[in-house]
Amino acid sequence: MAPERTGRPARWVSTFGTWDVLVIVVLAVVVIGASVLVEGFATARFWGFLLLDVVPIALIALPMTLVVITGEIDLSVASTLGLASAVLGQLWVTGLPLALTVPLVVLLGALLGAVNGLFVAGFGLPSLAVTIGTLALYRGLAYVVLGDRAVADFPIGWTGKSIEALPGTTVPWVVVPLAVLAIGFGVLLHATPIGRGLYAMGNNDQAATFAGIAVARTKFWLLVVTGAVAALAGVFWTMRYASARADNGAGLELSVVAAVLLGGVSIFGGRGTLMGVLAGVLLLMTLRNALQLADVPADTLTVVTGTLLIISVVGPNAAGMLRARMRRRRPAAPPVAGADGA
Amino acid sequence: MTVMRSRGVRVAAAAATLTALLLGAGCASDDDGTPSGGSSAGGGGSIKEGLSVAFLPKQVNNPYFTVADNGGKAAVQEFKGEYKEVGPSEASASSQVSYLNTLTQQGSDVIVVSANDPNAICGAVNQARQGGAKVVTFDSDTNPDCRDLFVNQVTGQGIAENQVKLISDAIGGQGKIAILSATANATNQNAWIELMKAELKKPEYSGIQLVATVYGDDKDEKSFQETQGLLSAHPDLKGIVSPTTVGVAAAARYLSGSRYKGKVALTGLGTPNQMREFVKNGTVQSFALWNPADLGYLAAYAGAALASGMITGKEGDTFTAGKLGEYTVGADGVVVLGPPTVFDASNIDQFDF
Repeated sequence: MAPERTGRPARWVSTFGTWDVLVIVVLAVVVIGASVLVEGFATARFWGFLLLDVVPIALIALPMTLVVITGEIDLSVASTLGLASAVLGQLWVTGLPLALTVPLVVLLGALLGAVNGLFVAGFGLPSLAVTIGTLALYRGLAYVVLGDRAVADFPIGWTGKSIEALPGTTVPWVVVPLAVLAIGFGVLLHATPIGRGLYAMGNNDQAATFAGIAVARTKFWLLVVTGAVAALAGVFWTMRYASARADNGAGLELSVVAAVLLGGVSIFGGRGTLMGVLAGVLLLMTLRNALQLADVPADTLTVVTGTLLIISVVGPNAAGMLRARMRRRRPAAPPVAGADGA
Repeated sequence: MTVMRSRGVRVAAAAATLTALLLGAGCASDDDGTPSGGSSAGGGGSIKEGLSVAFLPKQVNNPYFTVADNGGKAAVQEFKGEYKEVGPSEASASSQVSYLNTLTQQGSDVIVVSANDPNAICGAVNQARQGGAKVVTFDSDTNPDCRDLFVNQVTGQGIAENQVKLISDAIGGQGKIAILSATANATNQNAWIELMKAELKKPEYSGIQLVATVYGDDKDEKSFQETQGLLSAHPDLKGIVSPTTVGVAAAARYLSGSRYKGKVALTGLGTPNQMREFVKNGTVQSFALWNPADLGYLAAYAGAALASGMITGKEGDTFTAGKLGEYTVGADGVVVLGPPTVFDASNIDQFDF
């Protein structure tokens, strides 16, 4: 997040740095508030359960952050997860060992991502439309593969392992690979020329192309990685719930996108940090699980999630507009007026 | 927790005492130190007071589960426990897991759950049991080895016989029929459909042909569309069986507003309140259901009997479920409520659920 290394004016970094900070502050407030108000919140067990719920969303949110920063979106991730789960189940029934199936399924996810990539980067079609299509297509394929069946006879070694905690704690071990991936994506986004390129194409595709950034190729590979990670999340999902089903993870894409936007990534691209997104995921899930622990009905939870999403979209934009208006009042600073894009 | 908190609790206590007296089941067993005149429910020992009983339906705001859970609530009030209902707003397999986790953390004594998937919730159920909860499934079971007891509304065979009989009567024993089910993975639905297929092979049903099974996912809109789809795909369809409350109501609504009203027969498992207008306007001749309130009531008593150490859930265990009388645990820890009730124009007004 070091502003000087992004090579862009420190102005927008500080602007949207503040949204990240805000999310982290709100998260802290929620955690402290719930610890006092909700019985059973400040327990190791709660956080163990919470982290298990967080893992699939956080996992998919990592590549999704990069995708949204380039100004694109991938709504097919939950269906990719479902199809990966269905194929995993089917291959297991066919008798293939899991150690072989899992890499195959991740490869399949990459392939599904490549289909998205082909349409978006290759043919230049809008990712929103393309991935709404593949959202339906991949979910449909999942039903073709597994139909109305649920495959559940996975070895306990795998299903038990998936929810195992680190020795002496209630923290699930899967948090460790998640953290490693998060650091990887964080470094890629914030400390490499590729990452700078992502922001550049999110701000202005054409300008990025003229600046020598391989826009199409980068977007293609981003969607491939997103597909692979979604499939990996599908493997985890299947093992955690010990059930491969075509409807696994249905609707999860909305939680992922909500978390990404809540974390301060602009839906128009060009802005956001991975730290903010991770805080967004945690905020969303902590709030949801804490309310659940406080016996708040499910409908209210949905309303809260929806409201948060609206705030996360309106918040940064309203802040941006406010700033732009204030800037306009001051006669100086013409060179930055167009760079904001909000 | 056991402190008498409100007038409601005291009223419930009085009601429970009265019920016990009326049933003549007041075999006061004071060996566990509870004051006599408390909730005595027969069997070996009596139900402990102040048990926390949580109902976790497949989905909240589903009329069927609302009625079933309210039956459970009535039972919990009788034995002076603490009742609550939690659950997801969408009937998906994994959504119940975080609710089970929450109940585990809250230290529930009894969890009564209707499983959206027989396996997906097993891990969470095991954690709940390790945390000290007794877990009773009702309506839809998990794998038998992960819960303590399953309270089955009726045997699958009973449902299949009933549904096939009703549709056969409605179409005069001749013609094509289709099934409108709930989600494609619903344990009970799939078992019933298989049994219905077997039932249809009997000679007296040789004139009936099952041409399609479609899934409305227990969503009103999807069930409505699937019904529409069935009739366009099979113009000569004579009847539809929908063994799910959401499905049968949606199908009835579609039929009653279409030119197929009265021509395509419909039966299934529905609640009298949802189906009343369609029986009265001639869309539906008859349908069936067990009383879901009794199902929830029985499940609550079964859970309380387990949590009080009166039974362990092994085959042959008996316990008394308040007004419903005595029940015996069958093979695989299954308790069966009883045969379904058939509703038609002659009796539907006697029921309000």
